[in-house]
Amino acid sequence: MGLNIIVLAKQVPDTRNVGKDAMKADGTVNRAALPAIFNPEDLNALEQALKLKDMYPGSKVTVLTMGPARAAEIVREGLYRGADGGVVLSDRAFAGSDTLATSYALSAALRKLGKADIIIGGRQAIDGDTAQVGPQVAEKLGLPQVTYAEDIISADGGKVTVKRRIESGVETVTAPLPAVITVNSSAEPCRPRNAKAVMKYKNANVPSEVVGDEKKKELLEKKPYLQIGEWNAQDVEADLAQCGLAGSPTKVKQIENIVFVAKEARNIEAEDAALEEFIKELIANHTIG
Amino acid sequence: MANFYTDNPALKHHLEHPMMEKIVELKERNFADAEKYDYAPQDFADAMDNYDRVLDIVGEICGDIVAENAEDVDHNGPKVENGRVTYAEGTQKNLDACRKAGLMGMGMPRRLGGLNFPITPYIMAADIVSRADAGFENLWGLQDCAETVYEFASDEQKEKYIPRVCAGETMSMDLTEPDAGSDLQSVMLKATEKEDGTWVLNGVKRFITNGDSDIHLVLARSEAGSKDGRGLSMFIYDKRNGGVTVRRIENKMGIKGSPTCELVYKDAPAELVGSRRMGLIKYVMALMNGARLGIAAQSVGLSENAYREALAYAKDRKQFGKAIIEFPAVAEMLAIMKAKLDASRTLLYACSRYVDIYKAYDDIAKERKLTPEERQEQKYYSKLADAYTPLAKGMTSEFCNQNAYDCIQIHGGSGFMKDYACERIYRDARITSIYEGTTQLQTVAAIRHVSTGTYLDSIREMDKTEVVAEDQGVKNTLQFMTQQYAAAVELVEGAGNTAFRDFMARRLVEMAGHIIMGYLLLQDTQRNGEFRDSLNVYVNYGQAEVARHADFITNFKPGDMAYYGIKAEN
Repeated sequence: MGLNIIVLAKQVPDTRNVGKDAMKADGTVNRAALPAIFNPEDLNALEQALKLKDMYPGSKVTVLTMGPARAAEIVREGLYRGADGGVVLSDRAFAGSDTLATSYALSAALRKLGKADIIIGGRQAIDGDTAQVGPQVAEKLGLPQVTYAEDIISADGGKVTVKRRIESGVETVTAPLPAVITVNSSAEPCRPRNAKAVMKYKNANVPSEVVGDEKKKELLEKKPYLQIGEWNAQDVEADLAQCGLAGSPTKVKQIENIVFVAKEARNIEAEDAALEEFIKELIANHTIG
Repeated sequence: MANFYTDNPALKHHLEHPMMEKIVELKERNFADAEKYDYAPQDFADAMDNYDRVLDIVGEICGDIVAENAEDVDHNGPKVENGRVTYAEGTQKNLDACRKAGLMGMGMPRRLGGLNFPITPYIMAADIVSRADAGFENLWGLQDCAETVYEFASDEQKEKYIPRVCAGETMSMDLTEPDAGSDLQSVMLKATEKEDGTWVLNGVKRFITNGDSDIHLVLARSEAGSKDGRGLSMFIYDKRNGGVTVRRIENKMGIKGSPTCELVYKDAPAELVGSRRMGLIKYVMALMNGARLGIAAQSVGLSENAYREALAYAKDRKQFGKAIIEFPAVAEMLAIMKAKLDASRTLLYACSRYVDIYKAYDDIAKERKLTPEERQEQKYYSKLADAYTPLAKGMTSEFCNQNAYDCIQIHGGSGFMKDYACERIYRDARITSIYEGTTQLQTVAAIRHVSTGTYLDSIREMDKTEVVAEDQGVKNTLQFMTQQYAAAVELVEGAGNTAFRDFMARRLVEMAGHIIMGYLLLQDTQRNGEFRDSLNVYVNYGQAEVARHADFITNFKPGDMAYYGIKAEN
C-alpha cells in the first residue's frame, strides 16, 4: 500500500553564513545578498518522506512550496533526490504573508492536491524561525500533528509512529493518518542528489520560468514529466482577504540590530565552589537554563 | 558545506579542454541515446552541463561526507570476522551516499544502467574523491573493473554483472599472490574445469584491495602444468555463490579504510571471461592500464589535499610576529607544491583524454568497421595513451609523496604529531608509487616510448602551440630542455648497451616528463592565465632537473655501473 506524501518546503536566504551586507539599512533581510537555499529542516523532512517511499513501494512524494517562480528550484531539488513531482504556489497576492496567511494559502493548495496520508515539513525556516506554519496547517485542515519529529518509524494500518526529540529526551508517539508532521534538524540528513535524476529533471520548470525561452518551452511541451505545477490564488480558490498582507495580522513594530560583543576572557578556578558560582551566574543572566 | 568541485576552478578548466568536443561526440555516437533515455544529453553543450552537474554532486558528497569521515575511518578501519569484512562506519556512510547519488558504473553504457560518462569526467570524480579520502577512492574506484567486464566478457556476463555494479555493488581485482607481486606470471591460484564445463577456483590470494567485494575479477592458472603468463585466464567470482573467505586483513601504514585482504578459495565457482590463456597477457594488462590512471588521479587528489593543508597552516601559523607564509623559504615550498600539483593534474587529464578517444574508437569498432582515417586516429591516440599512462602514474605518485613530505615540513613539529591531517596524507601517499606497478615498473613501461620517440614526437607537436609574447621566454626554455633531452636519449641509445639504457631509464623518463608537463602547463596558460605562476615555477624547477640528469648522463662512464653492482652487457 503506497502512501501519498506531501512535503512542505521553503526557499530561504542562507542566513547561516551572513556577511556584513546581510541586512538592509531598514533592518530587513537583504535577500539579494544571500544565496537562496532549500530550508535545512525541510530537507530533513524530505528525507523522511523519501524514506517512507522506500519503505512503502508505490508511495508518491510531492513537494509543495510557496514563493516566486524561482522557488521552482525547490521542487527541482526534490525531484533530484527522488520526489515524484511538485507544485509552486505563486501569486503576488501572497506577498507579505505572515504565518497565518501562509498556512491559509498552503492549506488551500493542500485541499486542491487531494487526500494526502502524510503532510510533512521542517520544524521551522531559518529566515523567520517561527515554527508556526506546520501546526497552523494542521489546525486549518483539522488533522492531528506531530512536531519535533526525528524519525518516522512506520506509517501503516492507518497510523504513523514517530520518534520525537523533545527538550527532556526522546518520546515515541502514534497518531492516526492522515497527519501533519514537522521534522527537527536532528533527523537523518537528506540523501544526495541522484546523478540520473539531475540529468533527467534539470530542465523541469514552471510555465512562467520559460517565458521567452522557446527551446525550454518546447522541451516542456515535449516531455510532460518536466512540467512543474504553478498555481495562483484563484487556482486554489483562496479568499484574497485572507492572503498576503491583507490576511496577516502580524505587524512588525520595530527591528533592532543586535551586535554580540566579545567580553574579556575569565579564568575560573578548577574547584567545585568556583564552578557552582559561575553556573549560578550564567543561570541568573539567562545564558543557560 | 564544502564542495570539492566548485571550490577548485582547475577542475572545470580541465573539463572544458577543447578536445572534449571530439570525445563527447565519439562517446555519445551523435547523441543517439537522447531518444531512448530521459537522462541522455541532446548535444555537446547538454552533455558538458551534465558532467558539470554530476561533478557538483561528487564535490558536495566529498566535501560534506567523505572528507568529514576520513579521520574516523583512518582510526577505526575495517574489521574481519568469520571470514567476512565489515567496513568502518564512515566508509559505509560514504558508500551509501555514492550509491544513492548514482555514482557507480559512471562509464558504463546506459543500456546496462550506467551514466555513459567518458573517462575524463570519471577520472575527475576520482581526483575529487581522493582529495577527500584517498583510501575511499580505492573502494569507489574499483568500479573501474566493470570496464574490463564490458570490454572482454560475453554479452550474457555483461548483462548479468554490469547493472549490479551500476546499482552499487563493489568489485575487486584478485591478482596478487604471496609469490606473485610485480611478477604476475607466477600466479598459482588453480582454476579447474569440471565435466559440465563450469570452473572452480582453489588457492590463496594476498594484498587484495576490497577483497570481500560482491564481484571479483580473478587471475588464475587454467592450464595445468603451465609455468608462465600464457597459462593464466581471467574469471569472475560472484560472492553470492560463496567459496571465498577472508583469512585476514593487513595492518597497513596508510589508506587504512580500504581493506587489504588475504583470500582463501575453496572450490569457489567461477565464470571464465573471454578466451583461455588471455588472462594476463591481454585482460590484466587492460585492467592495469585503467587502474594506473586511477592511481594517478588518486595521487593528484592527495597532492591537492597536501597543498591545501600546507597553505592553510602557513597562513595561520605565526612565528617571529608574522604568518610563516611570509617567509621566502616557506613561500617557495608552497609555490613548488602548487606547481607540482598543477603539473600532475594537467598530465593526468592529457592522458585521460587520449585514453578516452582510443577507447571510444575501440567501442565503435564493435558496432561497425572504422574508416581508414578513424583507424589511424585510434592508433595514434592508443599509442599516446600507452606512453602517457606509465608516465602519469610514475610522475604524479612521486610528486604526491614529495608534496606530502613538504606538507609535514611546513607544519613543523606539529606535523609530526597525530593532530593534523598531514600525517594521514603522508601515510596515504606512500602507497601510490608502489601499487599498480612501482615507479620502477612504470619506468620499464615508459622507456620504450623514449626509445621509439613517442615522447619526443608529442613534445614537438606541442611545441607548435602559439603562445602570447609573455610566455615566449618559457617556451624557449622548454625548447632548450628538449634539446638536452634529445641529446641524452641519443647518447644512451647510441651506446647500444641494454644495461646502460636500463640504468639511465628513469632519468630519461623523468626528463621527458618534466618537458611534457611544462608544455601542458604552457598550453593551459594560453587558455587561462591563472596557471602562469605554476608554469614559470614548474619550468624553473624542471629546467634544473633536466640539466641535472643531462649532466649525470653525459659524464657517466658505463664502466662505472660495476661500482653499483650492475653487470654491463654489450
